[in-house]
Amino acid sequence: MPGLEDLYREIILDHYRNPRNRGELESPPAQRVEGFNPLCGDEIVVYLELDDDERISDIRIGGQGCSISQSSASMMSAAVKGHTVAEVGDLTRAFKGMMSIHESSLGGESTEPEDLPDVKLGDLEALRGVVKFPVRIKCATLAWNTLAQAIDEASA
Amino acid sequence: MALTSPLDAERIRADFPLLGREVHGKPIIYLDSAATSQKPNAVLDAMDLYYRTINSNVHRGVYQIAEQATNELEAAREKVRAFINASSVAEVIFTKNATESLNLLVQSWGRANLVEGDVVLLSHMEHHANIVPWHMLVAERGIQLRWIPLTADGQLDLTDLDALVEGAKVLSVTAMSNVLGTINSVRTLTDAARAVGAISIIDGCQSVPHTSTDVQALGADFLAFSGHKLLGPTGIGVLWGREELLAEMPPFIGGGEMIRDVRLDGFTCNDLPWKFEAGTPAIAEIIGLGAAIDYLSAIGIDNVRAHERMLTEYTLRTLSMRFGDDIVIHGPTEPEHRGGVFSFAFKDLHPHDISQVLDEHAVCVRAGHHCAKPLMKLMGVGATARASVYLYNTTADIDALGDALEAAGSFFAF
Ligand SMILES: Cc1ncc(COP(=O)(O)O)c(C=O)c1O
Repeated sequence: MPGLEDLYREIILDHYRNPRNRGELESPPAQRVEGFNPLCGDEIVVYLELDDDERISDIRIGGQGCSISQSSASMMSAAVKGHTVAEVGDLTRAFKGMMSIHESSLGGESTEPEDLPDVKLGDLEALRGVVKFPVRIKCATLAWNTLAQAIDEASA
Repeated sequence: MALTSPLDAERIRADFPLLGREVHGKPIIYLDSAATSQKPNAVLDAMDLYYRTINSNVHRGVYQIAEQATNELEAAREKVRAFINASSVAEVIFTKNATESLNLLVQSWGRANLVEGDVVLLSHMEHHANIVPWHMLVAERGIQLRWIPLTADGQLDLTDLDALVEGAKVLSVTAMSNVLGTINSVRTLTDAARAVGAISIIDGCQSVPHTSTDVQALGADFLAFSGHKLLGPTGIGVLWGREELLAEMPPFIGGGEMIRDVRLDGFTCNDLPWKFEAGTPAIAEIIGLGAAIDYLSAIGIDNVRAHERMLTEYTLRTLSMRFGDDIVIHGPTEPEHRGGVFSFAFKDLHPHDISQVLDEHAVCVRAGHHCAKPLMKLMGVGATARASVYLYNTTADIDALGDALEAAGSFFAF
């Protein structure tokens, strides 16, 4: 039986209380994308700036939601800043793999657990326990889906 | 002041097998009856008995068990009729749920009677089931929606009712809010509608299970509700309508059961209520709903309301005594004006996080927008946590909620 401490790891609560990269960027030039969790009304706003090398030069997070969605967004912002779109794609697949979401089920290319990209998840590992609470997986992935959309729109 | 109830909730609990189970090793505290109620043995047994002894399709068989099944189904219709005091069983239509009842009205009555520019008056506290079907007709027909605003304590603000209803063709409003618990003065609304020649539709999803309903005294033209919030099974709902109006309405879904004759060049409809009941009905569920109504009637719906009023008073009082400014319970402050539905904000915790900790304590509450996003927006929140009670809840359940909230507060304490 998974307990609360599997879900609410200390590092998650830390990001919830002290969210990183919280705020706004002027848009344009920044890309601004809103993501909603229609089930619970949680909302994430991602502000994204890409430089000429398709590298995330700056990112800010707005919106409101539960500790899982907000801390996941905070950790994500810290993890992707300064990285290229390709690197962020790998990180996203690795993160979703940890959430037991594989791209085949999303209509994309099949990614079996064994051929997930070999990237270090760092702090994001703390969200591993969310898998044991299936209704909360959508909270954890909201920021990532919103980021993916922001990247698509920024590179379009 | 001692609070009293005419019900022996402890004895009632024994009739509900699910309430005897544990989750996470603790006895379950079920506080989510506004979403769906638990089911007494009487309902489970009636459905089981149908499948075990008289399972057969209704209305067409001449053999004994088919006749028995038909009789049981029509007997359940009579129980619903009596429960809401409809004047005839022809006015009691079985649907899948309240959502389908409301969609039936919009698709059948609405499309036959509304044209571009016609006004439908709703309120800011409606469930999506009484909003989205109308939005669909806005898109198709260009009808207009108007909204009755709310007061600060979550009651309908009827100050400008006359102006709002002026020129409206339809008024469609909930009798009790599934978020705030507010009990609306339905008669005032239906009188205002009738005065301008508008029809009135009442969403009775939350009111019918908890307060006595007399459709002839409501002054409404239609009433929608779901069986599963009324101790009955899922998959069965009711639409009541005045016979003159139902008779004029075109059918909603076509197929078997709803026809008198089918030819190569067309069809004629069956009589009411079957005209609106295409296909094999939810026979076991209808029989289960009948058993639920028998159960509630034996206890007395006024006693249910009195018990929940007591619990409402207890909940408002204990939670505010225990938590002071750390808790905000939305909606009317007087138990008189509300049912046992409590949406609340607690400290600065997100409803999801609250309900997650409460679950650890086997306390079942709902977190989310409760299918009332326009109301959430008006309240300035994305979601709330919501506890709701029924005849089987006790003051001990509310104490358990308080204990679990205290635990949530310390778990997330900075
Ligand atoms: C006020 C109100 N209207 C309509 C509904 C829809 O009921 P159902 O989902 O059973 O169709 C509900 C249920 O949540 C409700 O509370």
